[in-house]
Amino acid sequence: MTIDNLHQLHRLIARNRFWEKIFIVFGILSLLVGIITLLALLIDMTIDGLPRLSWQFFTSFPSRKYEEAGILSAWVGTCLVILVTAIAAIPIGIASGIYLEEYAKKNWLGDIIEINVTNLAGIPSIIYGLLALGLFVEQLKLGRSILTAGLTLSLLVLPIVIVTTREAIRAIPNSIREAACALGASKWQTIWDHILPYSIGSILTGIIIGLARAVGETAPLITIGALTFIAFLPDSPFKSEFPYISFNWLQAEFTVMPIQMFNWVSRPDPEFQSNAAAAGVVLVFMTLAMNAIAIFIRYRLRRRIKW
Amino acid sequence: MVENHPSQASKFKCEVKNLNFYYGSVRVLKDINLSVFSHQVTALIGPSGCGKTTLLRCFNRMHDLYPGNRYTGEIELDKINILAPWIDPIEVRMRIGMVFQKPNPFPKSIYENVAYGLRVRGQSQRSAIDETVEQALRNAALWDEVKDRLYDLAFNLSGGQQQRLCIARALATNPEMILFDEPTSALDPIATASIEELITQLKEKVTILIVTHSMQQAARISDRTAFMYLGEIIEFDRTQTIFSDPTHRKTQDYVNGRFG
Repeated sequence: MTIDNLHQLHRLIARNRFWEKIFIVFGILSLLVGIITLLALLIDMTIDGLPRLSWQFFTSFPSRKYEEAGILSAWVGTCLVILVTAIAAIPIGIASGIYLEEYAKKNWLGDIIEINVTNLAGIPSIIYGLLALGLFVEQLKLGRSILTAGLTLSLLVLPIVIVTTREAIRAIPNSIREAACALGASKWQTIWDHILPYSIGSILTGIIIGLARAVGETAPLITIGALTFIAFLPDSPFKSEFPYISFNWLQAEFTVMPIQMFNWVSRPDPEFQSNAAAAGVVLVFMTLAMNAIAIFIRYRLRRRIKW
Repeated sequence: MVENHPSQASKFKCEVKNLNFYYGSVRVLKDINLSVFSHQVTALIGPSGCGKTTLLRCFNRMHDLYPGNRYTGEIELDKINILAPWIDPIEVRMRIGMVFQKPNPFPKSIYENVAYGLRVRGQSQRSAIDETVEQALRNAALWDEVKDRLYDLAFNLSGGQQQRLCIARALATNPEMILFDEPTSALDPIATASIEELITQLKEKVTILIVTHSMQQAARISDRTAFMYLGEIIEFDRTQTIFSDPTHRKTQDYVNGRFG
């Protein structure tokens, strides 16, 4: 190879490299757009809200006076609604996922159900609100209660639970199913003794991420008529006299964190804006904490299983 | 050898009669006839894709787990056709154990792996389970290596130990017959030797049907050998005859390494 040819080769390589460098710069800039915007939002909100974050803020009801206002009814409402959501969505979602994956015949009907379940996860949440308004509030007369809200959000997370359950149990190798079957285990024994225990980490992770999404939902709850101003707590689930447990709280009216935030943001006076920011910080912390729990569970339960 | 077991009611544990097997519309096994002798090791050999694993998996109706599979003909286990539609495949699997190609222990403790078959059979008495687990591990020549760490995860064992654990798991339920599907193909030569020795000892207790792609292995451990080719049994005879004096040209070519 002559010197001349070598120079030509170098120029060619340099030209090829040029476009690579252009892309790397573009890629870094694109990444920064996302990260910086997100960070700026979080930091700005924290700066605005941090002065309002105090014990009083968590233990006070909303009020006309901004310095006395707090998020007590909102965070209690959020926790109770999510509790109902979890109780309703987890068993139904896991059972549906197991049935679809392990028992349902793989034919055109199964394909249609599969496509629909996947699509359900993408339906705008306000549509679920409309459905719940018609079904739970008006037909079943459950009122605009914690029960209605929890059931509504459970419809919202149900597709997520079903899809993660299916994916989790699909990840269990067939050799494990065959090992159990070859010992004479029935299909249900195989599922209960093996498939479920080995996939529960992934399933729980999916459920918690679904619930974290539900924590931030506003539209469907406004649609079913959640109040924006609540200055009382639902009845306690525990009583001093027999039967010591009460379900009256299910029928209570409620508000949740994002609705409380929305209420404060829409006030004209700027002092309430910092209340909204503080509530926002708490809300972000709640969802981040749930995601952290999900990651922790996945780590703990998967550590001992490698296929 | 059959002659060593005159007390046996029948010298055949299993008789396959005109068995055909279809994956969808593809006929994979063609008019299989085979007699599995009690307390002997019967080997199925043949080139890849000849249907030996498919035939093996008919014996515990493993094919029933997947849609689109169909059998015709009969496999008689003690004179009862286990392919009959009214026979529950679980009943068959309770009686005939299986050891797979790749060791597939459950991600549980060593103890729980061996005990699982007993739990499926409703056994819950702790002392009885303890005893059976120990006996099964002894029979699988694994007890001395694991007796101090029965509650360790089975995944921490080596490949050969895992395969012996799978054998112990199959033995614990006291099956009448055990199917081995190329049990040593994922193992090194030393682990292979220990499994082979184990199989030779086990025929005192159970009837063994083994698929192997190693002719030497079939020659070493089996009493009878069936040579399969393209879904048919070409020749079935005493192992010695198959390897030294086969009737068919195809068998001769295969055992002499001319194809396969």
